[in-house]
Amino acid sequence: MDVQLSVLKYNPETDKEPHFEDFTVEADPMERLLDCLHKIKWQHDSGLALRRSCAHGICGSDAMVINGVNMLACKVLVKDLKQPIRVEPIRGLPVLRDLIVDMEPFFAGYLAVKPWLITDDRQHDPERERIQSPEERERFDDTTKCILCAACTTSCPIFWADKEYVGPAAIVNAHRFIFDSRDDGGAERLEILSSRSGVFKCRTAFNCTAACPRGIKVTQAIQEVKRAALFDSL
Amino acid sequence: MATVEDIYRKHKPTAFEADRRPSSTEVWWWFFMRISGVVLVFLVLIHVYVMHVVGAGVERVDFAFVVERWDSIGWKSFDWIMLFLALLHGGNGVRIIIDDYIHRDGLRATIKGSLYALILILMIMGTAVIVTFNPATAG
Repeated sequence: MDVQLSVLKYNPETDKEPHFEDFTVEADPMERLLDCLHKIKWQHDSGLALRRSCAHGICGSDAMVINGVNMLACKVLVKDLKQPIRVEPIRGLPVLRDLIVDMEPFFAGYLAVKPWLITDDRQHDPERERIQSPEERERFDDTTKCILCAACTTSCPIFWADKEYVGPAAIVNAHRFIFDSRDDGGAERLEILSSRSGVFKCRTAFNCTAACPRGIKVTQAIQEVKRAALFDSL
Repeated sequence: MATVEDIYRKHKPTAFEADRRPSSTEVWWWFFMRISGVVLVFLVLIHVYVMHVVGAGVERVDFAFVVERWDSIGWKSFDWIMLFLALLHGGNGVRIIIDDYIHRDGLRATIKGSLYALILILMIMGTAVIVTFNPATAG
């Protein structure tokens, strides 16, 4: 079948403003949008710039705004999309070219919450294994699924308005460690998230939960972190 | 040499400067909004019912009605608590919107200062009316 696409293109060296360009490609209804974008790049417009790597919904490279909604191009089938399919870069981050945005501000929020295991050898003998029960593991299971695609953060209206907000993805990754029984850095992270650009910037718009291609209950995780920050400051 | 953190720090300076106070104000404002929101739902519904639904509704509200109502310390307290919570809840909501959308420090400080002044004035005026209301000298 013929698939019509309208892709937002922008080359900062030659274009004043981003503009839509229309393409028609031949594709099977069961093919993914990423396949169509490949066909554009390989057969029609080799200059089209987009990020993709694994093409199977794991690496998180190809988040884009598809018909107005944040999705991974490699996880959505052509048959499920209304044509012409509008493809735009994710919002709230500076566009470098076409569908590629500068991810640095996104990873700045991620790094701010110290997304690694913090251990305190005074509390735990570093030479002994730290046992974790299945129940303790279950506590943060949902937030381990994050692939850092930025679909949640770039769907957040507060992130669009205030670039200092760390964003939902950073809070999800903080949640993953705050509720990990082996981690000793919870209080440190909650202090960071209690800052002016931290977790209390969330207004529970729920856009993040709707956008997450991994089905993480993002807003719920954020609310759990808020509650933890409250009890931590008692 | 600039580290990755140095590079990223410029994007989110406030996130990297954690709130070191023992209890962050944002935590408590968030908690206040939760509690006051729930309380206000009941206060406002009771207010609307009493003032606008019962009997002839708002048509019957006149000076005599106010005199009779504010003869009771219970209704005075009710009205004052509603005034207090509504001004703080609403005012904090507007502060949050200002913080989200106004990024120039000077302008933000000016607008927030005006907001706080307005809330304070309304709080003082409302409190004065409720506390000093005396049917013998009023009207």
